[in-house]
Amino acid sequence: MSRSLKKGPYVDPRLQAKVDALNKANQKKVVKTWARSSTITPEFVGHTFAVHNGNKFIPVYVQEAMVGHKLGEFAPTRQFRGHPGLKSEKTTSPA
Amino acid sequence: MARIAGVDLPRNKRAVIGLTYIFGIGKTTSIKILTKAGIDVNKKVGELNDEEVASIRSIIQSDCKVEGAMRSEVQMNIKRLMDIGCYRGLRHRKGLPTRGQRTRTNARTRKGKRKTVAGKKKAIEKK
Repeated sequence: MSRSLKKGPYVDPRLQAKVDALNKANQKKVVKTWARSSTITPEFVGHTFAVHNGNKFIPVYVQEAMVGHKLGEFAPTRQFRGHPGLKSEKTTSPA
Repeated sequence: MARIAGVDLPRNKRAVIGLTYIFGIGKTTSIKILTKAGIDVNKKVGELNDEEVASIRSIIQSDCKVEGAMRSEVQMNIKRLMDIGCYRGLRHRKGLPTRGQRTRTNARTRKGKRKTVAGKKKAIEKK
């Protein structure tokens, strides 16, 4: 079920504040964040976020086409290392 | 023969159903088109006269995205997902289901015909 339109998109308030501050100062700094569920707003475009994937922080450079998606969609939490017991190790695609 | 948007419509079906043979037109769109053209939805495709076919054609031309244009739009949407590198895009790249379905079994529509892997003795499952 999709989120109620009445509420509007969910944007992590602390993350939003940080981005606003960066925009005001006209700075580009990597923002470390755990807010995977936060929607990417148009203000985020051009910034780089270090999104936590449960293990480490994945750098995500936000492009225009990413607006409306969630930050977590760009930091995969699982790594496929091939099937168990299989001899030929396939190289996994970079995260 | 009623030929709309490069598709031959079945003659002995009702107009609502017949229009759904065009890619990009489902039942809802079909009903909308026919009401706009003022044609009874129960009329058979074969009974439509040239005038009615022409009006349907013009409505589709102006209001709907069908066939090639529709297909390319769908492809563009998928391509967008793949280009931005989001989870759904990665799943598309791998040819796996994108909406969180299980893949331990089933998911054959996306994965295609079963490819049997030579049976090794079952290793102890990790994770």
